[in-house]
Amino acid sequence: MRYAMAVDTLKCVGCSDCVVACQTENNVPIGYCRDWVVEVTDGKYPQLELEIRSERCNHCANSPCVRCCPTGASHYEEGGIVLVKASECIGCGACIASCPYDARYLHPDGYVDKCTFCIHRIRNGMKPACVEVCPTKCLYFGDLDDLNSDVSIVLKKRKYKTLIPEAGTSPQLYFLI
Amino acid sequence: MNEMIDPNLNIWHWQIPLYLFLGGMAAGILCIAATYYIRGREKDYSTAVRITPFLTPFLLVFGLIALFIDLRHKLYFWQLYTNIKLQSPMSWGAWTLMVITPVSFIWCALHIRDIFPGWDWKFGWIKALEAFFNRYKKTLAWVMLIYGLILGIYTGILLSAFNARPLWNTSILGPLFLASGLSAGAAATLILSRNKAERMQFARIDLVMIGIEIFLIIHMFMGYLASTQVQIEAARMFLGGNYTVSFWIFVVILGLLVPGLLELLELKKFHVPGIVPAILVIFGSLMLRFIIVYAGQMSRWLY
Repeated sequence: MRYAMAVDTLKCVGCSDCVVACQTENNVPIGYCRDWVVEVTDGKYPQLELEIRSERCNHCANSPCVRCCPTGASHYEEGGIVLVKASECIGCGACIASCPYDARYLHPDGYVDKCTFCIHRIRNGMKPACVEVCPTKCLYFGDLDDLNSDVSIVLKKRKYKTLIPEAGTSPQLYFLI
Repeated sequence: MNEMIDPNLNIWHWQIPLYLFLGGMAAGILCIAATYYIRGREKDYSTAVRITPFLTPFLLVFGLIALFIDLRHKLYFWQLYTNIKLQSPMSWGAWTLMVITPVSFIWCALHIRDIFPGWDWKFGWIKALEAFFNRYKKTLAWVMLIYGLILGIYTGILLSAFNARPLWNTSILGPLFLASGLSAGAAATLILSRNKAERMQFARIDLVMIGIEIFLIIHMFMGYLASTQVQIEAARMFLGGNYTVSFWIFVVILGLLVPGLLELLELKKFHVPGIVPAILVIFGSLMLRFIIVYAGQMSRWLY
């Protein structure tokens, strides 16, 4: 089993509904977020190109955060989901420094927090909150080992990229281009 | 959004570089003391073997306090000692400190009479312990040397293991921090020693370490500039960017070149107050940690 998410950069309008859904679903403290929207403008006027990406933890298959965690609080769960166990986290900040995507933040209670792919929902057969609410249906979630999952189907049909694969992390967030 | 990450990583403040400096200097002092003890040169370099190590329990304890202040989930710190994670430099650093801190206390206890000649341990069991460690002092010195080296190198590797911060992601940092720790350790003996021959020897050690550091720094920048765009950008912070003035003035000129020149003059029999180069070396060693830790957090992947 290998959970992954695909983000359609051509359909995303940058409404930030995914951000708010996540904050509500996961009780993210005010002033923090586990997912966020990036807008990149390329080119020179009038030949401009805009890419909008809904970003979150890449749940890397080769996670630097899991590697550098001194206590084992950062670990892999089923399907390669990268999780932090708050009761083992000492708040040293090593994983925050190790993440090239800056996907982790320090929770005001002292431990490190991040996207969980809504593992509590997946285990109950639901989709992550951000995927569920997306009004343009630009987020796809599923198991890459299951050829009939939403994410497998869309990755077979479309061209995609991952973010800085050269960082050696094997990211599992795919951006459809 | 997400303070300490946005717009730049800002997770580590004064505590980490201060600890890296204190730990590195303690490692330098202990390695030098252990080496001279093992080689049987205790008599020639008695300050370095017997007196300077008295600084290390203080350095290490202050370093540990700084580390503890840095933890944001403090009551869970003991989780560090529930496992050994070989891939995490922080994990084996924690275990190294667990060994080297008591060893530094024991080493001082064995030499307490060099500072307080009339010292009496009062309790029989402490005297028995002292006799035990005195019998195995050579083994203790080997443990001190090996763990001192690990402590000195790991403070650099801790940073170089972070691929996400291109400035840190160079294996030169391990040897560079070790050399810098050894030179700060030699500088401590240079300040404390009253013996001319010993001071000359430690001026020589410091000079060699300064040479090695300059070589490693040049090497580090050659490595950055010949590497990928992210490391070229990282090097640019020191070659015209925000950290240019602080790095080249405080670390390279005041921390390496000036003390190196003064020590060279001292060895050529000019009269130089030995404390000046020694303090500059220690200052440069501290600044190196601060600048690398802060600048590293500003360097990032581009996407």
